[in-house]
Amino acid sequence: MSVKVIATAADRRLLDESRGTRAMTWIMAIMLFLTVLAAALGLGTLGAAALLDRQLAGRLTVQIVEAVESKRLDQTQRALAVLRTDPVVTRAVEVDRAKLTTLLRPWLGADEADPDLPIPAMIDVDLRAASDAAVARVRDGVRAVAPSARIDRHESWMSPVRSFMGMVTLLAAGLVLLMAAATAAVVILAARAGLETHRDTIEVLHMLGSTDVQVARLFQRRIALDTLIGGVLGTIGAVGVVLLVGWQLTTLGSDLLGGLSLGTRDWVLLGALPFAFAVLATLAARQAVLGALGRYL
Amino acid sequence: MANIVQFENVGLRYGTGQETLSDVSFTLSTGAFYFLTGASGAGKTSLLKLLYLAQRPTRGSIRLFGEDAVTLPRSRLPGFRRRIGVVFQDFRLVPHLSAYDNIALPLRVSGVPESDVEAPVREMLAWVGLSDRVDAKPPTLSGGEQQRVAIARAVIGRPEILVADEPTGNVDPDMAERLLHLFDSLNRLGTTVVVATHDFHLLGRIQKAHMMRLDHGRLLDPTGSLRFPPPNAPGGSE
Repeated sequence: MSVKVIATAADRRLLDESRGTRAMTWIMAIMLFLTVLAAALGLGTLGAAALLDRQLAGRLTVQIVEAVESKRLDQTQRALAVLRTDPVVTRAVEVDRAKLTTLLRPWLGADEADPDLPIPAMIDVDLRAASDAAVARVRDGVRAVAPSARIDRHESWMSPVRSFMGMVTLLAAGLVLLMAAATAAVVILAARAGLETHRDTIEVLHMLGSTDVQVARLFQRRIALDTLIGGVLGTIGAVGVVLLVGWQLTTLGSDLLGGLSLGTRDWVLLGALPFAFAVLATLAARQAVLGALGRYL
Repeated sequence: MANIVQFENVGLRYGTGQETLSDVSFTLSTGAFYFLTGASGAGKTSLLKLLYLAQRPTRGSIRLFGEDAVTLPRSRLPGFRRRIGVVFQDFRLVPHLSAYDNIALPLRVSGVPESDVEAPVREMLAWVGLSDRVDAKPPTLSGGEQQRVAIARAVIGRPEILVADEPTGNVDPDMAERLLHLFDSLNRLGTTVVVATHDFHLLGRIQKAHMMRLDHGRLLDPTGSLRFPPPNAPGGSE
């Protein structure tokens, strides 16, 4: 028994397309527009978080907090010596006092800081690996020669921002999943409505020996096409918005927001969304139609 | 001749009402020609629906092509239906398809390659006298033309059984005769033909035809061996 699909050109004519309003295409365009925006937000935030991680991971600042300048200078040199010989450290550089003064200017005013003001000495440290063990090793080594030293991990300064970014990424992923579920629901409703609209034709097809799979193919092909056309339109619109927002972010000149950019892989993922949704719609339509046809004789 | 259809004590009830068909038993021989007659409401269409597997009986057994059709799994129905050609009383043409596409449907459903569809469809259109109405859609065809398209669609797949419900109801006597001749030709090629009709003028046209009569859901001749005209009448076949 052959179950070969009905030839495509004839297939297209079998369901009266003029009776459909093609509203499905526009619904899918809106769905994909929103989905691509949510996905772009998620991917952008994920990229920015990864960039932040790369920039901050394994970076420390060692502060030598010693009021007596001679002691501070001595401890700083000893700490530098310890750090530069430690194999877990790749770089240890004392921050220039002039640079520190510049950093403190917003708090201490435009005038030069009082030379007697006990500003802590600071050492920027890059670690080979951003592990807790490496940080502990550095802390122990530095405190052995400078008991008043404080060790600040750059990661911990940005952890609230990192958490927020993680939450935004999760939210975006949740939105994409919700949109996918909503798309499947819309497709199921559309397929059921289509079955009702074409009930007479389907009954004739059944009486002529059509299998349920053949009938389902008629609907899934049509719904897949609607989803794909609408999806591509929605994606084009959303990509336009993403590009516009990206351009505006670059003009802000913010290092943090500048990280909210999309890489090649992200663009490929966004471009694949209408195709993925078309596949999802096809499967949802197939299941809906096969389920409904099971009630026919 | 082998039996292609066998009904035994078949009953059919719609919902909770009275039985539309009661204790219907008969056999159809392969390659034979049958008329099914009876007044309106006698159950002709219901009996045909059982025959072309649009309905399952409430009781009794039906064997079709040597298999039990009552318990036939749903997945096997399409294969059986492709072996049966049906001319529906209300034609059931697909209104947005052309006459050509309507007639081509059984071939396409059976997976016949598109290149092998055109010749038989055009031959069939010529056969029913609609060669000039290839692209016409059913709503633009007259009742008789629609009926001919329905008949062409039913026979194009060379079915093993042809079931026709009042196939000449909307055509003039000449066309009715032509269509009957068409059924006869198909029957000569081996197709078992069952024609439900009110038209007593047709019954005598096929000399070898068997006649089955339904009355209030019961088959008056359970053996299905009645002939028309009756054997004792002038011109009777036996």
